This record gives sequence, C-alpha cells and structure tokens, in this order.
Amino acid sequence: MNRDLRLRIKTLVMILAMVVCANVGDLLLKRGMNQIGAVPVSLVGVTHAFALTVTNGTIWIGILFLSGFMFSYMTVLSWADYSYVMPAGAFGYALLTLLAVVFLHESVSPRRWIGVALICLGVLLVGQTRPSTTTVAVSEAAD
Amino acid sequence: MLGVLIFASTGGEIAITLGMKTIGEPKRLRPKELAVFLLRALRNGWFWTGVPLMALSFYALLVLLSWDPISFVIPASALNYVVGTLGAKFILREQVTAARWAGVLMVCAGVALVAAG
Repeated sequence: MNRDLRLRIKTLVMILAMVVCANVGDLLLKRGMNQIGAVPVSLVGVTHAFALTVTNGTIWIGILFLSGFMFSYMTVLSWADYSYVMPAGAFGYALLTLLAVVFLHESVSPRRWIGVALICLGVLLVGQTRPSTTTVAVSEAAD
Repeated sequence: MLGVLIFASTGGEIAITLGMKTIGEPKRLRPKELAVFLLRALRNGWFWTGVPLMALSFYALLVLLSWDPISFVIPASALNYVVGTLGAKFILREQVTAARWAGVLMVCAGVALVAAG
C-alpha cells in the first residue's frame, strides 16, 4: 500500500514536470515558427525553412524545454504504463486554460470549459487505474 | 501530413516506451543514477528506433503549425490518444481496463474541444 502510494506520487511529480516543460516548449516553438512564416511545400521551401529554424534562438530555447520534457518522459516510462502517462499528460491543456483565465484574464467559451471538464474527469478516471500493469515494471517497482 | 504526424508520434512513443521498459527504472532519482540511466538509454536499439520517428513527427508538427492555426492542429492530433492506447494494448501488452478506456476517450474529446476553443 505504502509502495503503491510512493509509485503514484513519483509518477505524478514526473508527469507534472513533463507537462510544464512541454507547454513552455510548445509556446516557444509556436512563437519561433510565427517569426519564420508559412513553409511552402517544395524541396527549396522546406530546405530554406529548415535553415531558418536551426538559426532561430526562440526555437532553440523551445527545444531545450522539450529536451527537459523528453527526459522526464523517458524516466516516467521506465516504470509507468504508456496508456497511463499519455492521457494523464493531457492535464496540461486544462492547466493552460486555467492559467489563461487567472493571469491573462482571457474569456473562455462554454465549449472550452466543457473540454476542460472532460479532460479533468478523464485524467481522474485514468488516475484511478494502476500506473503500472506490465510484469517488467511491476517487478522493478517491487525493489 | 496529419497522418504522418499521428503515425510517427505514436510509433515513436511506443518504441521509446519499449526501450525504457527494457532498461528498467533508475533505483533512485539522483543526478548520478539519472546520468547512468540516460547513458543506458542512449545505447538502446528501441530508443534509436523511436528517436527518428519522433523527429519526423516533430517536423510534421512544425510544418502543420505553419500551415494551419494551432486550434486546428491540436484537436486533430487528439486522435493520438486513441491510436496510442491501441498501441499500448496490442504492442506493449498493457492492461487497458474499461475505466482507462473511458478516461482516454474523455481526454481525447476534451482536448479536441479545448483546442477548438
């Protein structure tokens, strides 16, 4: 029971780290790609866009955050189920909406609130299930 | 391009999960053990199968984001949750209970609604 609680807390902390790094990283990428503009679908267009992408500072800071995401993601997947971590990570979308309301005083449509409610319910449901159901991870968790 | 995004990101994540499950979890979350853990990951074949797939999905995402508003791209990629759960069940052999399926479907619908604004 105690071990189970420890597993849940450890998983939760790593998922929170994932969500924060992924959200910050995505926002920076979006900002960087806006600076670059629409990518035309041609070999020249894509090559040119690639050159602009690798020389853009905002993109690189975004990549740094996404590396932090990748590392916490790899770590949590070494013990927890993919089908547990993946939906739980969607909590980030709900968090973004709440942050937008509290700090940016954005107005949020009813449709988006329904989405946030669905995500929270879904994450709660997934959270009820055992974080790790494969035999390898179970024997590892028992150490 | 959306199909490429979903296939590559789900395939990549499942390969990474296989790799991480092979390595096993770090005993303690201390810097030294995390460094050893990372080095072991870098020598894992599944990890190197997953990385190019994730790189492909990352580039597909960049291109999609430059074509379409984020409010289309993210709802459409919410399908990832369903495809990924199928992969977890049939490839990773995880026990996806009814409660987990219900949660995944709610999250998928929720993400689509949130991003559609």
